Amino acid sequence: MAKAAFDTPRIPDFPEIPVVVEGAMGHSRPFAAAPEHQEALGFPGRLVEDWHDRAIARMGELLGRSRGLRVFLDSCVKCGACTDKCHYFLGTGDPKNMPVARQDLLRKVYRRHFTLAGKLFPKLVGAADLTEEVLEDWYRYFHQCSQCRRCSVFCPYGIDTAEVSMAGREILASVGLGQKYSNEIIGKVHKIGNNLGLPQPALADTLEGLGEDVEEETGVPVRFPLDEEGAEVLLVTPSADFFAEPHVDGLIGYAKVFHQAGIRWTLSTRASEAANFGLFIGSYENMRKVALRVREAALELGVKRLVFGECGHAWRVAYSFLDTLAGPFDFLDPRYPVPQHVVEVTHDLIRRGALTLDRSANDERRVTFHDSCNVARASRMGDVPGGQFTLPRDVLRAVCNHFFDMAPDTIGEGTFCCGGGGGLLTDDLVELRVKGALPRMQAFREVVERHRVTHIAAICAICKSQFAKVLPYYGFEMDQILSVHQLVGDAIVLGRND
Amino acid sequence: MALQINGKTLDTDEEGYLANLSDWEPEVAQVMAESDECDLTDNHWEVINFLRSYYEEYQIAPAVRVLTKAIGKKLGKDKGNSKYLYQLYPYGPAKQACRYAGLPKPTGCV
Repeated sequence: MAKAAFDTPRIPDFPEIPVVVEGAMGHSRPFAAAPEHQEALGFPGRLVEDWHDRAIARMGELLGRSRGLRVFLDSCVKCGACTDKCHYFLGTGDPKNMPVARQDLLRKVYRRHFTLAGKLFPKLVGAADLTEEVLEDWYRYFHQCSQCRRCSVFCPYGIDTAEVSMAGREILASVGLGQKYSNEIIGKVHKIGNNLGLPQPALADTLEGLGEDVEEETGVPVRFPLDEEGAEVLLVTPSADFFAEPHVDGLIGYAKVFHQAGIRWTLSTRASEAANFGLFIGSYENMRKVALRVREAALELGVKRLVFGECGHAWRVAYSFLDTLAGPFDFLDPRYPVPQHVVEVTHDLIRRGALTLDRSANDERRVTFHDSCNVARASRMGDVPGGQFTLPRDVLRAVCNHFFDMAPDTIGEGTFCCGGGGGLLTDDLVELRVKGALPRMQAFREVVERHRVTHIAAICAICKSQFAKVLPYYGFEMDQILSVHQLVGDAIVLGRND
Repeated sequence: MALQINGKTLDTDEEGYLANLSDWEPEVAQVMAESDECDLTDNHWEVINFLRSYYEEYQIAPAVRVLTKAIGKKLGKDKGNSKYLYQLYPYGPAKQACRYAGLPKPTGCV
């Protein structure tokens, strides 16, 4: 493991639009998936000989399936509103990381093959052939988009770059050029049930240990049930919650909430993962297969409610697509939303006075909240518009005395990605991840200086791992990132509710 | 990529993890540590040995908390935390120590 061979960007005093440096990230290329990882997902093992024709054919199929994709490819007027909105452009200065340029990598080939003008007069309409060089650009730059959709907030036509980069990755995988990180992980979900490849005995052992730890610390036997039939709630949470820090402290927080509310809950081996990387690689078939596990687990265990833990894109898939991917869920209790976010559960309990909270338990911490991109721009919580922004903040204010928001244009709908979303949370892309974190680190530094903020709280496993990795590059500590439910768990007063 | 150990050539993946778990021997950890300019102390070895015995039982690396608890029991409570493990393994106990121990790299949002 060589030391980092790049410079961490300097945080400017004010947000700056960087000087354009052509090809600045042209070397950034994630490891390609090995044949066994490709084939397990139904893709060819290596680049097929007739990759050009198959790529164009696949593009045609995707256009036929998604009207949105065609509209996004047709409607750009090159107004430039998106150019300085992408954290990867702001952190790298590479012009191909401007969202419009990223879209154009696919758009120029689309025009060449699927529009009359592009077929007849390619040069006049910016149409181009799919050459080896273009294919390579797709691989490099569709893996420099975290599909966070910040650019589409600012696009007057609402063009969704994430849909374009997902389509690009889908085409790449279907001609044999998949990404190792995502595809290896999806294979593990299909085979073992979670991203980590954590088999049932290890999961049971880990959960038993957590129960012992919490009882030792609090004197209260808080349970971490696994595969318990007849439980009311099935909790589907990222497997990082079993494995990593600070994720596991969030899991302990959920367990304390369920314990204190008297809700019988369970985790499931079959659905021991909330994440659905099928979304990241744009593969409907894989996304559906991963989502169906959740349905099977809910039926198998006979639960009445489905609750998702702190995972950003899982909540997007659950909130926006679960019913069409794996529904109908008419066997669940209709008095509760299907699915429900754990923040909604906790928020509701707090509102009804069902939890006793001691905010002073978090007095050592001064906290800000990072809105995770998929929660912020692709879902909602609660029953009011913008609930995905207000509910987590309500919960944080209920459990800690010192809460401060970052600058308004860096949170809420305009939130900056952590820099590691969309299947990019891998060591082979660490330069991209560090540079892409610049806008978030800048906003964080500002509240550190202005309000002496000590911690960022988040509700996404990717954001948590990404911050733990990149905070030290910017002079902070890796443990300055917390799970929202860690703060809840620390403030909750266990014991009898009066 | 490949490692030269005791006259044998051992295959590794792109990130330097052993391709075949059964190829591991203590020299593997030594050679990997040397190329990272890391001196393996007895405490490093406690981590490596625990990872290997846990993997043998469960076919997966232990969760960070399981590892810190086990190390705390062996080396004293003050060392049973991830800060200490990061001092030993600055690239991350889960990833760097797993590599030295011949285990596959943990995957997922970690």
